[in-house]
Amino acid sequence: MSISSLPAEGTAHASAPPVTVHEERQRQSRLSLAMVSPSVAVLLIWMAVPLAMTIYFSLIRYNLLYPGDNDFVGLENYYFFLTDEGFTAGMTNTLLLVCSVLLISVVVGVLIAVLVDTSFWGRGIVRVLLISPFFIMPTVSALVWKNLLLHPVSGVFAAVWRFFGAEPIDWFATYPMEAIILIVSWQWVPFAVLLLMTAMQSLDQEQKDAARLDGAGPVAIFWHITLPHLARPIAVVVMIETIFLLSIFAEIFTTTGGGPGYETTNLAYLIYSQALLQFDVGLASAGGLVAVLLANIAAFILIRMIGKNLTDKG
Amino acid sequence: MKQRLIPSLLVSSMALASLGAQAATVTIGTVNNGDMIRMQELSGAFEQAHPDIKLEWVVLEENVLRQRLTTDIATGGGQFDVMTIGMYEAPIWGKKGWLAPMDNLPADYDLADIFPSVRNGLSSEGTLYGLPFYSESSMTYYRTDLFEAAGLSMPEQPSWDQVRDFAKALHKPAQEQYGICLRGKAGWGENMALVSAMSNAFGARWFDEQWKPEFNGSAWKDTISFYVDLLGNYGPPGASSNGFNENLALFNSGKCAIWVDATVAGSFVTDASQSKVTDKVGFALAPQQVTTKGAGWLWSWGLAIPASSDAKDAAKAFATWATSKEYSQLVADKFGIAAMPPGSRASTYANAEYMAAAPFAAKTLESMDRADPDDSTLKPSPYTGIQFAAIPEFQSIATQVGKLVSGALAGSMTVDEALSSSQSVTEREMKRARYYQ
Amino acid sequence: MLTLKQGRQLQTVLLGTLAWLVALTIFFPIFWMILTSFKTEIDAFATPPQLFFTPTLENYLHIDARSDYFHFAWNSVVVSFGSTLLGMLLAVPAAYSMAFFETKRTKSTLLWMLSTKMLPPVGVLVPIYLIFKDFGLLDTKFGLVLIYTLINLPIMVWMVYTYFKEIPKDILEAARLDGATALQEIYRVLLPISKGGLASTVLLSLILSWNEAFWSLNLTASSAAPLTALVASYSSPEGLFWAKLSAVSTLACAPILIFGWLSQKQLVRGLSFGAVK
Repeated sequence: MSISSLPAEGTAHASAPPVTVHEERQRQSRLSLAMVSPSVAVLLIWMAVPLAMTIYFSLIRYNLLYPGDNDFVGLENYYFFLTDEGFTAGMTNTLLLVCSVLLISVVVGVLIAVLVDTSFWGRGIVRVLLISPFFIMPTVSALVWKNLLLHPVSGVFAAVWRFFGAEPIDWFATYPMEAIILIVSWQWVPFAVLLLMTAMQSLDQEQKDAARLDGAGPVAIFWHITLPHLARPIAVVVMIETIFLLSIFAEIFTTTGGGPGYETTNLAYLIYSQALLQFDVGLASAGGLVAVLLANIAAFILIRMIGKNLTDKG
Repeated sequence: MKQRLIPSLLVSSMALASLGAQAATVTIGTVNNGDMIRMQELSGAFEQAHPDIKLEWVVLEENVLRQRLTTDIATGGGQFDVMTIGMYEAPIWGKKGWLAPMDNLPADYDLADIFPSVRNGLSSEGTLYGLPFYSESSMTYYRTDLFEAAGLSMPEQPSWDQVRDFAKALHKPAQEQYGICLRGKAGWGENMALVSAMSNAFGARWFDEQWKPEFNGSAWKDTISFYVDLLGNYGPPGASSNGFNENLALFNSGKCAIWVDATVAGSFVTDASQSKVTDKVGFALAPQQVTTKGAGWLWSWGLAIPASSDAKDAAKAFATWATSKEYSQLVADKFGIAAMPPGSRASTYANAEYMAAAPFAAKTLESMDRADPDDSTLKPSPYTGIQFAAIPEFQSIATQVGKLVSGALAGSMTVDEALSSSQSVTEREMKRARYYQ
Repeated sequence: MLTLKQGRQLQTVLLGTLAWLVALTIFFPIFWMILTSFKTEIDAFATPPQLFFTPTLENYLHIDARSDYFHFAWNSVVVSFGSTLLGMLLAVPAAYSMAFFETKRTKSTLLWMLSTKMLPPVGVLVPIYLIFKDFGLLDTKFGLVLIYTLINLPIMVWMVYTYFKEIPKDILEAARLDGATALQEIYRVLLPISKGGLASTVLLSLILSWNEAFWSLNLTASSAAPLTALVASYSSPEGLFWAKLSAVSTLACAPILIFGWLSQKQLVRGLSFGAVK
């Protein structure tokens, strides 16, 4: 960008007849279109091309293992996907996983954010420790939890259980979904903490002090001052985490493989197993489209519920 | 500074990627099993002998590798020049014309030295598509010290009933000693390999002559009930998520009394650097029940060259080197003679030094001899393969059935539920593949 | 009887201790991973797990002998920085126009952008693989840069948009009256004001790209494979692998973890998604 052109243009502006409001508006809207269009265009291509191919694949018989046999089959793939034994389980598990992790990360996140808002020795280090899990690769965190912590023979949890004289729990067989929720929450609570911690810093201290002078207890302050202040950041946490949680995959792939049975199969994993374990591209494409549809419905409901908090300035 | 540095790095790294066209680059996709890691370590010797060939390695765990290779070969992606594939893929992919035939091999390669069953398993209609890196059957590992202390003795080929009685007697969970370790992790190459071989011994088969599954029959019900009962009651905690590797770790750390798994583990359980039980392991054939047919499986990891490779000659040079007698000798010199790649070459088993150094070799050879993929079920079946059926649909079917069996093992469904779901899943897939309406 | 001041002090100590306990619990898995990476394989699988042991570097030496760590790390660096840069180049102008020239369609465009993130990646793997093959993008860093840019762009646009929304419009008006063009406006007025927010957008994009494990595994072979692929080559091999796996995980996460720690203040200050009034 050349700065030398600035004065010249400046003079040109000054000597030119005053720009009408109408022209100015037109110029602006052209400009704004030019600026927003690269992003919209690449995202449009990114979305449209694979989407078109996916729709096409979902209507033909296409298995990677026996190609060259791509008859048009109409809606057969959709029929097989929707009647798959794993489909109902996949729906329920997706919902269960998203909701539980959201609940946990919001509740625990708020509590931790409030806790570290008071000043104490080593607060900086505590903060660093608290947000660290967010930097860890999902695959790595799943591997660490599975092999080092939850392993029923040599894991840390098993040792703790034995120390108290209890029989170690075989997490991935007995409580598979709970274990997955634990691992995923471990990664996403720090994200909530990060956001809510930031928000806490802008909480008006004077307001709190005034309330305290009026005789309000800590619970009342939390309920009537802190929580309303956090409403907006909470909405942001919910929105962003939902996007990522809907397609949780690496953690399930590394730990339970969707099992035992279908107990930890969510929609993303179900589609994975059709695409890359059964190599049935037609079926997986149909599944992908069904998942997009469901995700958009979920997003629509979500935005209806918390959307005000996101786009309007409160 | 930062802003300028990054694009220039980006450009230079892209330029680098397009370099190196004159020397043939061979990209090898392989599994992260112990024998393959050794191959990677020793490959320097090959590169020295062939200065014009540069090797690139993609080492991944089995499941990830399989999905990676299948996507690439089926779409003609051409990312790999040597693929590590098994007896299941080689004939199917070869028949489709995806693989380059392994013909015109050098005379000193001595193809006749390779076991016929292994050669056949990696061929389709008489054409060889993969060179066997190592091959395996399955057998029974047991702890001689525990058996002796309990006054038990393991027969040459136990029955599953006997195995259960032994496991019951030796199961002492309070001391972290478990009666039996078996594969429980879902997957067609994991629990279903064991369960299929076991079902053969119980007289079951995957399909009848009309390609109808038989999960609603009594033979399968006996198999799965027995398996769930045995492993659930006398197995380690977490059995439903244990595969080959997890069980190997358990056995090596002295926590299993009996383990039925691949013969290739023989060299690991007797290797002092990773096993605490080296001198306390006994070997027996894989258990029988109503029949000995198909009781032990047959598998071979072979090196194959995709038809889409642009460096076929260099790739073939590598594949022949890595499966040659010369390579076996190199392994013997570097890692000890017991570490030679097992199961593929008759000359390995004719080597008295190897037979003396490898206590598991005799049983491995016997198991390999007994395994016959063409005749592995009590009742006649339309497919080849012992622990699998060599049809493209099998992978999909066994993946789903494997999940159901592990569900039954973990107790999240009953054996009957798992079997009736398996029946309907399999029928669905076979209908989808137009075997029948 | 405690005085009010003493009571306050006691409360601080108690809350501080509690915060430390929570933080240490949350950090424990990472600590344990790093600790295990210095054990021998036998120690790593010992029961009960050992807190005290003779540390060894053998796992790191093994990894160094078997794989070229810096090759993978370099790929991770190039790909995450490359995609972040490209993403910012696209996101900043888009966010600018959405924030300052808002139309009826702006909100729905924004939400539509976010919804592109909802297609499960695995559902489009085969289409993308075919496209990449045809354009020669398989196993190239550039291909990964493109993919990461596209998957992170919606979040980036949204984040930058929320920062821009907080900037009072009259500052821009003033610049415009001085005759600044739109680009100058962005470059000389907007960027300096929203530095903090942009920095945290960059950080988040770096973290997400560094840790992405689906596309990086499926679209690369050897020459463009980043650290996530290195981890995959050590997960569940034969034999005892806990210690080596911990070592390779530590190596894969260390750069981004340290980077995150160093920039933690920036991240905390900026990562508000416009959530702070």
